[in-house]
Amino acid sequence: MSRDVLLQGGRIVDPSQGFDLVGDLLMRDGVVEHCGATITVPDGAEVVECRGLVVAPGFIDVHVHLREPGREDVETVASGAHAAVAGGFTGVCAMPNTKPVTDNQATVGFVKRQGEAAGFARVYPYGAISVGQKGETLAEMGEMVGAGAVAFSDDGRPVESAHLMRTALEYARAFNVPVAEHCEDMSLARGGAMNEGIVSARLGLKGIPAEAEEIYVIRDILLARRTGGHIHLCHLSTKGSVELVRWGKERGVNVTAEVCSHHVSLTEDAVEGYNTNAKMNPPLRTAADVEALQQGLADGTIDLLVTDHAPHHYDEKEREFADAPNGIVGVETALGVNCTYLLHRGVLSLSHMIDAMSCKPARTFHLPGGSLRRGSVGDVTVFDPARRWVVDAARFKSKGRNTPYGGHELTGQARITIVGGRVVYRAVD
Amino acid sequence: MSKKPTTVLDARAMDRTLRRMADQIVERNAGTDGLILVGIQRRGVQLAERLGRIIEAQEGVSVARGALDITLYRDDLQTVGPRPVVGATHLPLTLDAQNVVIVDDVLYTGRTVRAALDELADFGRPARISLAVLIDRGGRELPIHADIVGRAVTVTSAQRVDVFVDELDGRDDVVIANRHDEE
Amino acid sequence: MSGALGKDLLGLSPLSADQIRLILDTAVPFREISERQIKKVPTLRGMTIVNLFFEASTRTRISFEFAEKRLSADTVNVASAGSSVTKGETLVDTARNLEAMKIDMVVIRHPSSGAAQFLSERIESNVINAGDGTNEHPTQGLLDLLTLRTRFGDLTGRRICIVGDVLHSRVARSNIWGLKKLGADVAVCGPRSLLPNAIGEMGVTVFDRVEAAIEWADALNVLRLQLERMQGGYIPSLREYNRVFGITSARLDKAPRELCILHPGPMNRGVEIDSDVADGPHSVILEQVTNGVAVRMAVLYLLAGGKPELAEAAKKGVS
Repeated sequence: MSRDVLLQGGRIVDPSQGFDLVGDLLMRDGVVEHCGATITVPDGAEVVECRGLVVAPGFIDVHVHLREPGREDVETVASGAHAAVAGGFTGVCAMPNTKPVTDNQATVGFVKRQGEAAGFARVYPYGAISVGQKGETLAEMGEMVGAGAVAFSDDGRPVESAHLMRTALEYARAFNVPVAEHCEDMSLARGGAMNEGIVSARLGLKGIPAEAEEIYVIRDILLARRTGGHIHLCHLSTKGSVELVRWGKERGVNVTAEVCSHHVSLTEDAVEGYNTNAKMNPPLRTAADVEALQQGLADGTIDLLVTDHAPHHYDEKEREFADAPNGIVGVETALGVNCTYLLHRGVLSLSHMIDAMSCKPARTFHLPGGSLRRGSVGDVTVFDPARRWVVDAARFKSKGRNTPYGGHELTGQARITIVGGRVVYRAVD
Repeated sequence: MSKKPTTVLDARAMDRTLRRMADQIVERNAGTDGLILVGIQRRGVQLAERLGRIIEAQEGVSVARGALDITLYRDDLQTVGPRPVVGATHLPLTLDAQNVVIVDDVLYTGRTVRAALDELADFGRPARISLAVLIDRGGRELPIHADIVGRAVTVTSAQRVDVFVDELDGRDDVVIANRHDEE
Repeated sequence: MSGALGKDLLGLSPLSADQIRLILDTAVPFREISERQIKKVPTLRGMTIVNLFFEASTRTRISFEFAEKRLSADTVNVASAGSSVTKGETLVDTARNLEAMKIDMVVIRHPSSGAAQFLSERIESNVINAGDGTNEHPTQGLLDLLTLRTRFGDLTGRRICIVGDVLHSRVARSNIWGLKKLGADVAVCGPRSLLPNAIGEMGVTVFDRVEAAIEWADALNVLRLQLERMQGGYIPSLREYNRVFGITSARLDKAPRELCILHPGPMNRGVEIDSDVADGPHSVILEQVTNGVAVRMAVLYLLAGGKPELAEAAKKGVS
């Protein structure tokens, strides 16, 4: 007996097939069967009402921190995966800066199994580039890929040695996985707590200049050019970075780039009053940077949207600004932020936004999903781009509450999230 | 209905009163030796200045003067709202063994004088302290008594007595008004 | 909200020009109290003030202590090491524990910018910023303003140049905010590596050479070279700094007018300022110190302001 699930009456938008039609989507045994204007309800099928909603291939956030192993007080794979589906994500890639670092096949396997056991969003582990993320010796990439790793990064910090990054890009070619870099020149950035500019000058905080990021962006593009490897640039935040990626792409370098929802919506002004919930790395920058990043998304220089979801304990953030850790949560506000600041302001079309949240992440990281083509995994995000809601961190499924959007009204919200043909999240209000 | 302000002393009457007070001060002191006139900010200072000049003209000697701001010694600072401005305090080098006459415009509850006494104690130990006021309106809340009074008036607590001096207000006048009227 | 300044003094940036003038005007009569034989008035009798210093400081703490004691308040000094992370007890817990002992005011000096504001948002006591990281040092700014105003009268259009490590100096910043609000023309002079990159947007003139600054200014506020704050060499050596940027009598002799020289102290004699200048006739450094106690007394007095609701209830004549 096959298990049928019919999504009925929604606006099906699948950029991978150039689709945009109102109709039905049928999934059988966890796999997409077909879509059409009207599909007869098969016997015994579960019918999911989607009228007035958008039906899209499941969103995939390729940059989240799930904190497990090591900081289960702050988030676990399960709580993070649950938060992800509440935000409409059917898949997440978990960064390896855990305690201990995910730099070996045992830990990679552990994270993967925790994700499977939780039964919410699919969890794809990142492996560390270097052992312990110390930036000295290459970690066992092959073994980690075998255990389920989908990409490599030392995120949290940069790979300071150009030689090591070059080697990593070359070595990873055998496994056809991206190497992702957190671009930050530590000698320029050290001690900095926010963007270097007029706001940091006014608040008396040491700033991180844009160049700290851009220097590593161009370095890694050049190394990717030399090695033919795939460099993926994490959480870009400056206008200069966008220009450099454009330069690289024009020359055929295999470079992809991501941008966080907060970097295309907020500026450094959010730090006013020493708000630690607006403190993250790279920091919020100027309006000119926000505009350039939005433009970069629109013209394809920046490939995809992520959150860099980074939960922290209330006590850790309840501190003097310079001492508070960097990072904000994001999976449960991303869709709302992206709709409010990109879709509704005309920066991206609906199709383009879905492309950046689903199709491109899947393609770039060679993951299942990102499409509603027949035979794709039944990972679907059903959302209402017009729904207004006010962010209340107390209601997050994530253990983290550190968001700069608390109290903000956003327009756009996930209503039903389906993974492998199963409804794993339904909005209650 | 509120009554119009009533004049208690006009400019000429005020001048006459001050002259009589000056005489009384000298008489009480049996001369001008050791006499220091200390005016309480703000209008007490101008009145002390005038008394001093009258005495000097009459007796042909100079009379020491001082000014005292009692804001920091008030007992009601917690209830008085946004901070009252602190005026200048300057006193002659020593008060010890001198005869200090505190001069103020209106004596009412007596709390200002109590504050002045506390403050003077921090400056030295006069042989004697007396109090001279232009107007005594009764209503004492402390056992304070004026030795020299220009004029005693009877008013209710709904009224206030305003002294105007030429040096600050452009006119000499003592007026009874209703508490909440514009000054 | 109590009084004309609100609950706290966190900096000069949040104050209006009128509020700054109110503090300076109030400080003038307080100067006189320190001249008396009995240097005490009972104004804050019974109030408990905690000096919570997370950074070593002798002069500022002593100045505050004198101010507090001369107003008859009870003072308690708490010296603590560095940040919450190294200490083990958070800043909030430290302050709340003190507050539970029923204190009225906290004077805080802390190595993190924003620490005073952070504290003020979490405790009911009045909070006075005695220096937070590289953000502000409002009472120092105020005493510098008082010293300049005593010297020059109205500060509108007066040319004041701040010389030295502006990048790391909270004194510089408080001075810039305060001077601009009072209408002065403000300039800075120092090696570019010690000026904030965004200095061009802060409304001040920038001089790269101290000779040009001396020719332009009416007064110089010479900053201490913050050796302990530099996280890595921004200048080649102290000797070079003195040769190129030091305030020496040779340089001052070339000035077209008599400059007034300020320094927040403590001085590195022979580095940013030569001894003969510091001890010379144009220096107002010791006046600054005297004004410091008066300004702090004025701030404490104004912040301990009466409660307006009680004032309403107690509306009756006082005489």
